[in-house]
Amino acid sequence: MEALYREAIIDHYKHPRYKGHLADPDIHYHDHNPFCGDDITVELKVEDGIVIDAAFDGRGCAISQATASMLMEEVVGKSLADLKQLDKAYILELLGIEIGPVRLKCALLPLKVLKAGIWGLDEWPE
Amino acid sequence: MRQFPSLAMEVEGVDKIRQDFPILQRQINQKPLVYLDNAATSQKPTLVLQVLDDYYRCHNANVHRGVHTLSEEATASYEHARLRIARFINAASYKEVIFTRGTTESINLVAHTWGRTNLRPGDEVLITAMEHHSNIVPWQILQAQLGFTLRHISVTPDGLLDLSELDSLLTERTKLLSLVHVSNVLGTINPVPELVAAARRVGAIVLVDGAQSVPHMPVDVQALDVDFLAFSSHKLCGPTGVGVLYGKRALLEEMPPFLGGGDMIREVKLSGSQWNTLPYKFEAGTPAIAQAIGMGAAVDYLTAIGMDWVHEHEQQLTRYAYERLGQIAGLRMLGPGPEARGGLIAFTLGDIHPHDLSAALDHEGIAIRAGHHCAQPVHDHFGVVASARASFYLYNTPDEIDQLVVGLEKARKLLAF
Repeated sequence: MEALYREAIIDHYKHPRYKGHLADPDIHYHDHNPFCGDDITVELKVEDGIVIDAAFDGRGCAISQATASMLMEEVVGKSLADLKQLDKAYILELLGIEIGPVRLKCALLPLKVLKAGIWGLDEWPE
Repeated sequence: MRQFPSLAMEVEGVDKIRQDFPILQRQINQKPLVYLDNAATSQKPTLVLQVLDDYYRCHNANVHRGVHTLSEEATASYEHARLRIARFINAASYKEVIFTRGTTESINLVAHTWGRTNLRPGDEVLITAMEHHSNIVPWQILQAQLGFTLRHISVTPDGLLDLSELDSLLTERTKLLSLVHVSNVLGTINPVPELVAAARRVGAIVLVDGAQSVPHMPVDVQALDVDFLAFSSHKLCGPTGVGVLYGKRALLEEMPPFLGGGDMIREVKLSGSQWNTLPYKFEAGTPAIAQAIGMGAAVDYLTAIGMDWVHEHEQQLTRYAYERLGQIAGLRMLGPGPEARGGLIAFTLGDIHPHDLSAALDHEGIAIRAGHHCAQPVHDHFGVVASARASFYLYNTPDEIDQLVVGLEKARKLLAF
């Protein structure tokens, strides 16, 4: 069972980085996965198109919460233009484990929320 | 017919049963499969698999049409399955057994036919707060179209129906009481006879969702005196894609057809059509022939073992599981104590998300369900987003429950904060 999730995933799950809220975020976006109840909010502080601080909040399974934590570590210092390019392959590399189609939704929720926030979408296009 | 000892936990009996289910030999993640997701769907015995294979190899044809040998054989098998299923639930006649796609379609059939012709503004339909979505959403859809009132019986903290307000909920305005027999989340076995009696006093008819009862305990529609009973094949050792709506003949006769098409008509003219007799009035188009025949074989199999035995076996497993799960720190079981529940236990373990629990147990070869089990309102009621659920059937053993407990302890160590 220990081989189920990499140690890093468990670590991010139990000790999430960048968890909480920013005082005055420039970007704020929230979404959830009704199928499993995973819930993620992402907030970004942006200066000259560069993310200078980030925070996430939420609840859900280890995959969704650890991915959010890992992703927040990555976004700080990156340009919004670069973040718009992030994709599924990037998240899977970040996680470093095989993941089935059902859990893929959990893994991709933080990225979905991040990108929707950056694009300024009212609603994620289906 | 097999004879099993009266002591349900007798290992030899269950071992014999396990040999009837080839899938139980499978290894999952290098561990023997422990299948505890029976409330979602059951596994299939060799008898059912052979009947399906034999049908397609030797008898495949459309039913009620051809005047050739294969069609006559297929029709005879299909109708014979209906007869045995009628006997299984003690229906007064095969005409009261309508093949549908499953429990969901059975309930929708009642909503679309009986509901559409009998419900008006001012009328009330009474459901409960522990229904599966399939016994909530069809009534909500219909309510929006017809404008009747949809009410519900709430659930006590113990996971039982709160019958203290029944007199104000079940009144002469109530035209239908539609309720689940055994909750797929709480495991609660609802007091159907008492509720049918109460419904009779106000002239309401009663639909029972038997998806989690018919596979697991003796269900006698005449003894229960229900007007409709809906259940599925795939949860009672049969194939997917078929199920039954039982309905009292007088009600079915009065109801308009559900889907229009072939087989459900007596005569079609361009100026209008006449409907076929029961049960065919409700079976438009080519039915799930092989699946219905497979369901008949599943019912034969369960009958040979005996539904009393199945129920008692699950009761013993459930009592044991309730005791063992109760010893795990941080584990919270939803629903009533073991004396009043069917063979399933939904639970949460600390703050661990049920999907993580299920993924962790899968690593040990253990299959459970995680999520809201298509019953969000009852999860809301207990203040949880989702739960994990272990559900038992005739082939499960106390040893498998021990393995579940070991797996949960491991998962707790790995994932608990």
